[in-house]
Amino acid sequence: MNTTANTTPPGPPPPAAPGAAPRGAAAPAPGGPRRRLAAFLHRHAPLRLSLLLSAPMLWLGVAYLGALAAMFISALWRTDTFTGDLVRELTWANFQELLTAEVYRTIALRSVGVAAAVTLIDLVVAFPMAFAMAKLASPRAQRWLVIAVLTPLWASYLVKAYAWRVLLSADGLLGWGYGLTATIITLSYLWLPYMILPIYAGLERLPNSLLEAAGDLGARGWRTFRTVVWPLTFPAVVAGSIFTFSLSLGDYITVKIVGGRSQLIGNVVYDNIGAANNLPFAAAVATVPVLIMLAYLAAVRRTGALENL
Amino acid sequence: MSDPAVRLSGLRKSFGAVHAVTGVDLDIADGEFFAMLGPSGSGKTTVLRMIAGFETPTSGTVELGGADVTRLAPFERDVNTVFQDYALFPHMSVLDNVEYGLRVKRVPRAERRERALAALASVRLEGYERRRPGQLSGGQRQRVALARALVNRPRVLLLDEPLGALDLKLREEMQVELKSIQREVGITFLFVTHDQEEALTMSDRVAVFNEGRVEQVGTPAEIYERPSSAFVAGFVGTSNLISGEAAQAVLGKEGTFSVRPEKLRVTGLGEPVDGAEHSATGTVSEVVYAGPATRFVVELDAGGRLIALQQNLQVSSMDVMSLRGTRVRLVWHRRHEFAIVS
Ligand SMILES: Nc1ncnc2c1ncn2[C@@H]1O[C@H](COP(=O)(O)OP(=O)(O)O)[C@@H](O)[C@H]1O
Ligand SMILES: [Mg+2]
Repeated sequence: MNTTANTTPPGPPPPAAPGAAPRGAAAPAPGGPRRRLAAFLHRHAPLRLSLLLSAPMLWLGVAYLGALAAMFISALWRTDTFTGDLVRELTWANFQELLTAEVYRTIALRSVGVAAAVTLIDLVVAFPMAFAMAKLASPRAQRWLVIAVLTPLWASYLVKAYAWRVLLSADGLLGWGYGLTATIITLSYLWLPYMILPIYAGLERLPNSLLEAAGDLGARGWRTFRTVVWPLTFPAVVAGSIFTFSLSLGDYITVKIVGGRSQLIGNVVYDNIGAANNLPFAAAVATVPVLIMLAYLAAVRRTGALENL
Repeated sequence: MSDPAVRLSGLRKSFGAVHAVTGVDLDIADGEFFAMLGPSGSGKTTVLRMIAGFETPTSGTVELGGADVTRLAPFERDVNTVFQDYALFPHMSVLDNVEYGLRVKRVPRAERRERALAALASVRLEGYERRRPGQLSGGQRQRVALARALVNRPRVLLLDEPLGALDLKLREEMQVELKSIQREVGITFLFVTHDQEEALTMSDRVAVFNEGRVEQVGTPAEIYERPSSAFVAGFVGTSNLISGEAAQAVLGKEGTFSVRPEKLRVTGLGEPVDGAEHSATGTVSEVVYAGPATRFVVELDAGGRLIALQQNLQVSSMDVMSLRGTRVRLVWHRRHEFAIVS
């Protein structure tokens, strides 16, 4: 079924192309309405494109950006201290509390630290793996390795987190106990595929002849990596780090399972939605990771490394 | 006698069940412009890659200037490569690309800059230093790749179909230019191509490759005038073979023989034939007028067919076209026919 046909508003039939109508005998007979519509859309490429994009644009506009806007607005409301009812008046009170209370600053910094550590660990583990997959493995082995990297994503998040809980418990295989380190290890494991896959894709696009050219001109492995591989795969690294960083920043389950008594931003949001029943404050806290990510993207953009390609 | 710039001995390379190179022995002298000519898949690139160090031979050795480098990494060999796809670093300027090899070798900044600019000048790319490779045309990229390799003054420069991606006119210009650059710098050029005309016009010597081995090595004239096998005769120019019963009838000899099309004279049946000449009668089945010359396809009465190329000195297309279907005699000097080893 032609989906674009459904979304086209009813109206007068499309005008015939100039010069096509007269001398009817020679011209091929016009097809049915669907055919005419297809031809019309073919001639009007921008219209066709906007029709094709209308569903995703609608999704992006309403469901995604709309929700984000709703979050920002509700962060400016407050709850009545006694009744717990929502008061729809605009106030900066939530943000004031966020900025002044020592505990929130500590939690925010801790969360950023955890996210940065997870990103760094994933990068260090993922790059050699992605390189081996893209440049050293045979095409057959490559397919299997991609599947091997993807399989953990098919298992439930909770199952994996609890598996690490068992591993890390005092009488478990590793026995390191719970806490921030345990959280970082578990999150690194959980988000590793999201770092490997973009870097793998980036390295796949990097022609082998560039690596050979560097070697041909006298560069050894490390210099080739530093001057050719890294600059050309940096955008892929950024893509991967956005995944690992933002996923870690938003997490509140792993830290509950293996984090001991540590709290991250996600826990504060969760507790304010649930136990504390303070939705506006939860929304205010939730804007923090969004702002951190925006700052991160701006910083990456400023390096100019993304314009290299 | 000094050692050859490149010596390949018993070189073989297999990729699993694919035998890409099946025994190559070659000596390439210092300062030579040497072409490896052969159809696609005949193993030329693989040989070049083994000389550069990108592939390790299955067996055999690679010597550069008398030293065995078979097991050395690319960065340990005194050769540079102009890649078929140029392999310019897209994130660096033209100047940074050309300076790359010098920077790796820690050549001081001032000398580095001077040599890079001189290399760019030698390929006529002054003023393009700040551009990125993506902002250059195919021919300009090709010249940057050349400058990037030449600036290191390697013992041997390896070029893998360097003109393959250029259009005809630019390719012809670059053929002349490459040749004059080589004469200027005096570096050994080892050059891969599947274009027989390119190989013949540019090189001092040619090795003709077929199915992973060298069929014949020689000067362009030797390769063209005296092909040693039916394959070489066919790949370099038009083969024009006379064999079997036709050879018996026309030449009075056993075997397979070849005559180049331009050595044949198309005459009337009654023309006298010199004692030093051979001739064969036949019917013109096809006439192709190509401006300066005309190509006649003649079906021999004795069997087989020969192609004759005649300069259009006096005649016009009208004249030659009327020859189709007529009976003619092809005449050639005996020294222009040669036996082919089958
Ligand atoms: N890395 C490789 N893996 C498998 N087969 C290869 C590889 N490189 C080349 N070959 C095969 O070796 C043969 C020779 O290839 P090549 O040297 O590129 O020929 P040419 O340069 O003369 O066209 C071809 O059949 C090609 O398919
Ligand atoms: Mg090749």
